[in-house]
Amino acid sequence: MRGPAGKLVGVAAGVAIAGVLIGFYISGYLVGNTTPFRPAAQGSASSPTVHLTLQTVAAVGPTLAPHPDWVSYLVRDDGGHWRRSTIFTLPANAVVHVTLYNFDGASGLRNPLLGRPTGLVGQELVDGKPLAVMPPDEPSHTFAVPALGVLVPIAPVADDAKNACGYAPCALSMAHRTVTFTFRTGKPGHYRWQCFVPCAAGFLYGFGGPMQTVGYMDGFLDVV
Amino acid sequence: MATPAIAGGGRPVSHGRRFLLLWLAACVVVTPLVAIFLGSAIPPGNGSEQATSQVFDNTLMLALLTPATLLVVVFLVYVLVSFRSRTTEVVDGPPIRGDSRIQVSWIAITSATVLFLAGFGTYELVQSGAGGGQGPDPAFQPPGHAKALDVQVIAQQWEFTYRYPAYGGVEVPHLVLPANTLVRLDVTSLDAIHSFWAFELGVKADANPGVDNVAYVTTKGPLTFDIHCAELCGLWHGYMFDTGQVVDSATFAGWIKKQRAYFAPVLKYLPPYAESYLPDPAKRAG
Amino acid sequence: MSAAAVEIRPPVWRRLFGFNALTAVLLGVGGWYLGWFIGHQVTGPSIDYFGDIDQNDISIFLGYFLGVGGFLIGLGFGVYPWARLRGYPPSLREKETEGVGRYFGLCTDHKVVGIQYLCGIGLFFFIGGLNAMLIRAELLSPTNHIFPPGQYLTLVGMHGTMMMGMMTSGILGPFANYFVPLMIGARRMAFPRIESLTFWLLMAAGAILTTTIFFGGFPTGWTGYEPLNDQANGGMDAYIVFFALVGISMCLLGLNMIATIVTMRAPGLTWSRLPIFCWGVVATSILNLLAAPVLIAVLAMAMLDRTAQTVFFNASGGGSPYLYQNLFWVFGHPEVYILALPGFAIVLELLPVFARKPLWGYRLAVAGLLGVTLLSFLVWQHHLFVSGINADLRPFYMLSTELISIPTGFTFICGLMTLWRGQIRFTVPMLFCLAWFFNFLIGGLSGVFLSDVPSDVTTHGSFFSMAHFHYTIMGGLVFTFFAAIYYWIPKMTGFQLNELLGKIHFWVMFLAFNSTFAPLFAVGFLGQPRRVVSYPAHLHFLNEWVSVSAFVLGASMLVFLYNFVYSLLFARIPAPANPWGSLSLEWQLPSPVPVHDFDRLPVISGEPYAYGEQGGPPIAAPAPAPAGGMS
Repeated sequence: MRGPAGKLVGVAAGVAIAGVLIGFYISGYLVGNTTPFRPAAQGSASSPTVHLTLQTVAAVGPTLAPHPDWVSYLVRDDGGHWRRSTIFTLPANAVVHVTLYNFDGASGLRNPLLGRPTGLVGQELVDGKPLAVMPPDEPSHTFAVPALGVLVPIAPVADDAKNACGYAPCALSMAHRTVTFTFRTGKPGHYRWQCFVPCAAGFLYGFGGPMQTVGYMDGFLDVV
Repeated sequence: MATPAIAGGGRPVSHGRRFLLLWLAACVVVTPLVAIFLGSAIPPGNGSEQATSQVFDNTLMLALLTPATLLVVVFLVYVLVSFRSRTTEVVDGPPIRGDSRIQVSWIAITSATVLFLAGFGTYELVQSGAGGGQGPDPAFQPPGHAKALDVQVIAQQWEFTYRYPAYGGVEVPHLVLPANTLVRLDVTSLDAIHSFWAFELGVKADANPGVDNVAYVTTKGPLTFDIHCAELCGLWHGYMFDTGQVVDSATFAGWIKKQRAYFAPVLKYLPPYAESYLPDPAKRAG
Repeated sequence: MSAAAVEIRPPVWRRLFGFNALTAVLLGVGGWYLGWFIGHQVTGPSIDYFGDIDQNDISIFLGYFLGVGGFLIGLGFGVYPWARLRGYPPSLREKETEGVGRYFGLCTDHKVVGIQYLCGIGLFFFIGGLNAMLIRAELLSPTNHIFPPGQYLTLVGMHGTMMMGMMTSGILGPFANYFVPLMIGARRMAFPRIESLTFWLLMAAGAILTTTIFFGGFPTGWTGYEPLNDQANGGMDAYIVFFALVGISMCLLGLNMIATIVTMRAPGLTWSRLPIFCWGVVATSILNLLAAPVLIAVLAMAMLDRTAQTVFFNASGGGSPYLYQNLFWVFGHPEVYILALPGFAIVLELLPVFARKPLWGYRLAVAGLLGVTLLSFLVWQHHLFVSGINADLRPFYMLSTELISIPTGFTFICGLMTLWRGQIRFTVPMLFCLAWFFNFLIGGLSGVFLSDVPSDVTTHGSFFSMAHFHYTIMGGLVFTFFAAIYYWIPKMTGFQLNELLGKIHFWVMFLAFNSTFAPLFAVGFLGQPRRVVSYPAHLHFLNEWVSVSAFVLGASMLVFLYNFVYSLLFARIPAPANPWGSLSLEWQLPSPVPVHDFDRLPVISGEPYAYGEQGGPPIAAPAPAPAGGMS
């Protein structure tokens, strides 16, 4: 149709198309938002205890992520399945017991200071033995929450280990190391945690890609 | 500009003189208000000698630039009120194309102000370095710098760590400084470009990989200060903050002793203290 | 057109074949896939770390380059060079008389290019503005986050990059292309096809930048500092290609403007009679021509670092991140004057019209523009005061940066004294020009703080510096961009924009703009660094206030959009040929300007600011018709 009515329809269609495109645009930035994981809390409301079971893998695989060759953290949910989520919702003033199974080899630290665990309740245990300091060539990853002062180097799987895990999720029958540690959450807040080992193979200084993307080697502790 | 013009009632009106009087009145009214409301809040505060010198600088510039702002704002308001067109049909104004006296005075006054500010800034800089990073070869060093306490600030993605060569080269994750001490901060990076910004201390020095960026700070009394990274360095740039402290010498001595004891097992793994550490892995890992 | 010829137009679907934007998009996408494929064949076993990182930068770069190549071929940029190679004679005209289709292809009519630029830059301006709204939405709270932090950094980078890349041509693109020939009495630009190329390169660049999110975005902000640049995901490649194309576009645009103004002025148009807008265009074009190549060079090095594993900027390999910073700012500082100078030019051009007085201190104003141009190459290290550059250099750069406020001050005195004793009419373009004085004053004086090294230690890398450049760039350039739109749309389209809506747009924009950016000076002074997604709790109120004001600022743009669409599409009230009563040459032509511009090229006899001079010479008279010919 011609005339003002036609123009009005044209403008309205333009506005609608623009709205849809803007919606797509904004959602493009929201994609990749990791869904938070809330482990079950035990104990009293004023001093809860939480158990968190984590896994670090050398290649996260195509079923769990769009980047199959990236390193990643995984968390075991209440059903026993491994999920790729790095945002953990934890209660305030809680004691958090973490068991971490590492299936990845050594990358080594850039700053050897980060081989000394800090901020824990008790000591870090690697395969059941307490750890005072890890030599800088060894750490495969770290779990660190700088705002809480927590730093835990993760022991590596040997380079020549048999039965190494390929793509995640990795079964406990494959070569792995077990690291356990405990820390306290304090006041409610939004704390970031990260790996400090240059483990992003192929990226400059090992700190690109999975090391700079929430959902792989970085995440949040949502303390509520 | 002081040429009188005959306005509606036949009285000569000296717009120029009126404007200058209005401007002076505005300065007299506004400058004290600025001094009262902003005077005590001029950043970054008095946490260190360098911070104090920045406060002085900022205060002086605010004092100079307030009348300059008022000059233009009052002029605009005056002109828009006095010279708006009062006829519906379009009438032309007088064909004034220039006035060399005004041009020359304007150039002279702006040049003098600007040169003064440049000279004053240089003076403040020369005094103590003003807390800024000066590179590996600092040109402006406070007196007594040869005996300064050396603290190396190591920036990495995404945390600052600190090394004290005078205390066995111990490296710690939090910064504590003794009061009333001249400190020489050697800021370097292990990977990307960061920037060490200790707000209340008035220190800002970029951390470049392979480079030792020196900044001096003379601490005063006990203080808690915020440390932020001021150069975009990747994902957690916005979370790369910490809190540092200035404490009295006895507390500092006790603190550093505890840190040395706690980090003793890792000391043998730290590289020998050096002015900078090249990023490693050098190329791409894995 | 002879009345006897009957024109049979082919049906719409048939008209879609040929060299136009549709073909360009199709060939561009085809080029992308071809480049992607070639990239994968090339890399294979030789650069095996691409397998670890799940991205292939060589494919991405080749895809973009061949995509742009296909895009330009599809538009028809290859036709003329190919024809000339085969010996065809030179020709000037492409698509100049086709209907609406002119706007969707290579058209050598400078007026068409001007309108293409206006719409294209407008589109990307709104995308950049949308990013700004999303950034402020994220900053409403320091703890509740809408976007993941990596995507937030991409938003920040996208906003800055899109705005800086697009708005550098914000005034030169639409208005200089349209009006410089008209102001100097020419019928075209010196290089009409290059003129169209600069526009289409910019459009290709903008499209490429919006694809960055598909490759993971980029974390460096608009400055692209190494070595973070090298570490980044594949989205960084989009940034590199975007800025390289923008750099080429800027360089060619500057070349074209200088060539046009130097060689194609009408007889009688001496340099002392040149409109101040054209002087501003010359000054900006000198910066464009000289600074843009540095950007292209530094981005080429960054591309090599990311693909061929060179170490230009890698300290462990013997390179230096300082190299990037310095080269970038050698471009970057003139870049911000490329943004600021057209604003000066517009203000000085419009004030005489609305104050009804000649431009006060014409020579001083020209000296100011050229002084800024010269000095802008000598100040770039003020972005690097605390970065560890040689400390002895800092007083020099402090001095040179302070000195640049002197020629900037010339613009102020000339503009302000033009208003003195004038007959000021508060039309919408005038309101935007007056706002410029206030905004650029605040922006410029905050720049004085930043140029002083001790004060820079307080404010570098904080929101203070961000408020400074938004006051100068947005308060300076974007306000004058709207001034130019409201002023010249009647001439470009023949229709008026609604004055009431224009005034609402102005007041909401001015008040919201100041409400958004003035508190940011305080936020910076209180210690919040730039580009952060989390800030201390005591700054929460200020950030909330700023975010809400920013949303209002965004809403004012919608008022403008409504005015634009309504007035030009629905109301269509014809505008008189010279609604503002301007003496400038372009207003002596009918509205809208006919395709051939001037019936007869003029001979200039005066300068365009002779307001208030009764019986003075007219600015121009049509050239006397030569015996028996067309002029």
